Amino acid sequence: MRGIRLISALVFAASLGPLAYLSLGAWHGSLGANPIETITRSTGVWTLRFLLITLAVTPLRRLTGWNEAVRLRRMLGLFAFCYGSLHLATYVWLDQFFDWAAIAKDVVKRPFITAGFSAYVLLVPLAITSSAGMIRRLGGRNWRRLHRLAYVAAALGVVHYWWLVKLDTRPPRNYAVLLAVLLLVRLVTFYRGQASKSGAAPAGGA
Amino acid sequence: MLITRASDVRSSEITDEKLYLRRREFMKAAAVPAAAALAGLTQSIVLASGQDAIPNVRKGAVTLNEAPTPWEDVTTYNNFYEFGMDKGDPARNAKKFRTKPWTVKVDGLVNKPGDYHLEDLVAPHALEERVYRLRCVEAWSMVIPWVGFPLKDLLKRAEPQSGAQFVEFTTLHDPRQMPGQRLDVLDWPYVEGLRLDEAGHPLTILAIGLYGKTLPNQNGAPLRLVVPWKYGFKSIKSVVRIRLTAKQPVSSWQASAPQEYGFYSNVNPDVDHPRWSQARERRIGEFFKRKTLMFNGYADQVAGLYAGMDLKKHY
Repeated sequence: MRGIRLISALVFAASLGPLAYLSLGAWHGSLGANPIETITRSTGVWTLRFLLITLAVTPLRRLTGWNEAVRLRRMLGLFAFCYGSLHLATYVWLDQFFDWAAIAKDVVKRPFITAGFSAYVLLVPLAITSSAGMIRRLGGRNWRRLHRLAYVAAALGVVHYWWLVKLDTRPPRNYAVLLAVLLLVRLVTFYRGQASKSGAAPAGGA
Repeated sequence: MLITRASDVRSSEITDEKLYLRRREFMKAAAVPAAAALAGLTQSIVLASGQDAIPNVRKGAVTLNEAPTPWEDVTTYNNFYEFGMDKGDPARNAKKFRTKPWTVKVDGLVNKPGDYHLEDLVAPHALEERVYRLRCVEAWSMVIPWVGFPLKDLLKRAEPQSGAQFVEFTTLHDPRQMPGQRLDVLDWPYVEGLRLDEAGHPLTILAIGLYGKTLPNQNGAPLRLVVPWKYGFKSIKSVVRIRLTAKQPVSSWQASAPQEYGFYSNVNPDVDHPRWSQARERRIGEFFKRKTLMFNGYADQVAGLYAGMDLKKHY
């Protein structure tokens, strides 16, 4: 119990790292020639990373038998939401400067923005229902079903990244592969569970 | 701060005083203790100091009533995929790029083809400073004081034949020196092209310097094209071949994504990139976006080149 508390605190501090780095960089003016682009890129990539890390918690827990890891999942998921919110805020505020007409046009007309925006919209209910009270209210089964949307959000996030790059698709491709592996692991556990327990509900959420 | 840096760089590499004092960054840095000076600034001094001043440059040939983008930004924020895909890669990876000796082949439909040493190619021309806007297709822009000469003067010397209608430019292909060329993101070497009348337009220049100094490697040393009314990627860097042709050349970007990048690629706020808007741009160093100007603000000079053309079709 004390172990997981310490680890939680460390993971929490580490998760603030990218934000601290950007804030210090903005303060010192060391984010390069195009700081708004740097902030947009960085918050976007960290959203995707946190989503994938969150989705990796359950498979890792199964693999290692370290069941307390699940206590980190909500926090990591909320960090994904937090960086996603910063990413969106950067776009709305710093990049477009509240030009709602231009933003609406982007969301409708630019497929990569449509994908990214949809991913964020999907994350909102997940963040809202992340508390223990909400899990109780929804019931474990419904909650787990709802939170499978995290996979859809991550997939949309990868697509958002992929459609944005001009030429070098290697970085988004790497995230796509990671996501595919995580999905595959989940499917394998699901079917194994089906086979062995025959009819029992699949264990674990997203 | 200048003094402590000076001890570890050769005197030939120290930035000339005038340029130095002009820089806002330096004034800012002088006001704070040396210990607090930022890594970025130190880096800019080292970078700035590596280039030689170009003598006999006629200033004021083309000026602009807009503040030039600081040297530090112009030389650290580059798209030059031969040296890497990130904006900071070229400045990092092009440090050891050898630009001496440098030969440029001028051939194709000309009466006087030839292989020229860079010095011989440049020597007959009077060098001018031209302050131009640079608008990247990615919707950011800069203002850069180039040093160069009109391409048309070079073409005149080569004597184009009557059948010549286009000019094709090629960048050096040397994957050992250019690590980006080891990735197959584009079909190397990089190729660009212009119509002969575009190439012969007085605004089209071959540049050998910026801010009065020889081009840093990451900016396309030792010789690059600058076509200020077109998206930046048309202004091909580190040119080794200039070929006159009867057929319209296929540029590298056109070959890679024809639905996104056309042959003309004129700056046009009314024709969006399929994936993003071109209506506005972020001038490097500014917070609010600017409206992108037709032909990047050079419509008075160049619109005539495209009279009667459907620019939505010929993007």
